[in-house]
Amino acid sequence: MNDDILELLESNSRLSPDKISTMLDIPQEKVEKVIKVLEEENVIVKYCTLIDWDKTERDIVYALIDVKVTPERGVGFDAVAKRIYKFSEVSSVFLMSGGYDLSVKIEGRSMREVALFVAEKLATIEHVQSTATHFILKTYKKDGIIFKKDKKLDERLVVSP
Amino acid sequence: MNWEQIISPRIQDVPPSGIRKFFDMVSGVDDVISLGVGEPDFVTPWHINEASIYSLEQGSTMYTSNYGLLSLREEIAKFLYSKHELTYNPENEVLVTVGVSEALDLALRALLSEGDELLLPEPCYVSYEPSTVLAGGKVVRVKTSAQDNFKLRADDLKKAITDRSKVLVLCYPNNPTGATMDREDLLEISQIVEENDLIVLSDEIYGQLTYEGEYVSFASLPGMRKRTIVFNGFSKAYAMTGWRIGYAAAPKPIINAMMKIHQYTMLCAPIMSQKAALEALVNGDRERKKMFKAYNQRRRVIVQGLNDMGLDCFEPKGAFYAFPSIKKTGLSSEEFAQRLLEEAGVVVIPGNVFGESGEGFIRCSYASSLENITEALARMKSFVKKLV
Repeated sequence: MNDDILELLESNSRLSPDKISTMLDIPQEKVEKVIKVLEEENVIVKYCTLIDWDKTERDIVYALIDVKVTPERGVGFDAVAKRIYKFSEVSSVFLMSGGYDLSVKIEGRSMREVALFVAEKLATIEHVQSTATHFILKTYKKDGIIFKKDKKLDERLVVSP
Repeated sequence: MNWEQIISPRIQDVPPSGIRKFFDMVSGVDDVISLGVGEPDFVTPWHINEASIYSLEQGSTMYTSNYGLLSLREEIAKFLYSKHELTYNPENEVLVTVGVSEALDLALRALLSEGDELLLPEPCYVSYEPSTVLAGGKVVRVKTSAQDNFKLRADDLKKAITDRSKVLVLCYPNNPTGATMDREDLLEISQIVEENDLIVLSDEIYGQLTYEGEYVSFASLPGMRKRTIVFNGFSKAYAMTGWRIGYAAAPKPIINAMMKIHQYTMLCAPIMSQKAALEALVNGDRERKKMFKAYNQRRRVIVQGLNDMGLDCFEPKGAFYAFPSIKKTGLSSEEFAQRLLEEAGVVVIPGNVFGESGEGFIRCSYASSLENITEALARMKSFVKKLV
């Protein structure tokens, strides 16, 4: 049941408990209670909106940085990750398997700003061995949603048997 | 040229489709939300499209066996066994067709002689009757009602049987009502079928869209396999309407007879659609279940919404239609649908196009996005408020 509620909220965080209650055939009070608990337990971390910024005037540059790290004894990668994710420029940090250790997503107003951040802040952190910066040029799909030019119109016949 | 004299009277006798009439009315009205669509709002899952595209890239553009690709027939047989423990020989007891519509037409033509009677529970999908007439048969309608949750009642069936009765059509979950028949209901029917030596055409296209209770294939009931033709396809469960791909499974002699017509009229179903269907059966369950879940959620929203606005709506347990009564409004089904379209911009299908017993009801499809359903319900609510 929790998963069903989470799935619905993940696809549309504006769904009201009333609607969720109907859709899943669970009493509304129960839905409200479950959501409250999930919020308290930080399973529901935040309610966000998925925005295609490319369609707006705002200039933002995103980059993915592959970071190689020497893990610290006792705390592994967590301590370095923490030093990195505290920067407000960093929008996400993942611990990876494979050729590098941390994948860091950075947001800036220009490529120069991002490059400077990497050179001055990120690369200089102790235990960071190397960085490789990849700028994001275009978003095709994000969080399961395809970013298209326009909303696709319903091509079905208006009436069919 | 006087075409009226030239065109076969048999074709001229086929009445125009009630849906067609309504379609013409709808075109030209702007800003409509349609609950009138009898097909999924989902696009075919990409892995299915991709499999078909790949097959084209590989050069699969030829005819297949008249029966269809053996690999597809094997998967169909496997599916029928795993779902219903029905055993069909993929070599000669499964026929792949251009949608269930073709398969039904083949069966009717293979079975009916002039004057044979076909028992048709109604309200029902619009093509059974004309197809029967075209095949030379006579339709005997058996009414079902909202009080019975639109199930076919054994007594009503008995009353309709004559010594010319030959075929019974069953389509559950039902279009337009969303009604389902459970095992006990079907067992009662199967006794009458046995006693009267009927052949059953079981249209199971909505079978995988059964939200409550188990789906029972009529052929799986004791003694019924030998007298049942099972029809199914991919349009509804896998959102593949435009691929036009379906199948029939039945004992060898009738499949052979159907194949005889199929080989001369259609030759075979398009290979690209067959490849897509194969992918759907082998790898399609994950996406199918996602769509199923979404339909089920919308079903609850629409049924509650309709009941809340005062339109009594029995709980549809399958397909993707709700079939509320509009009798309270004092309007006929057609008047209601027409005025709802003109005054509120919502398209629904008047129930009477599916048969007389559909009068006083409308069909609302919930194969539409939640946003559309919510908006349509809001518009309908204020429309109904004016009437009652």
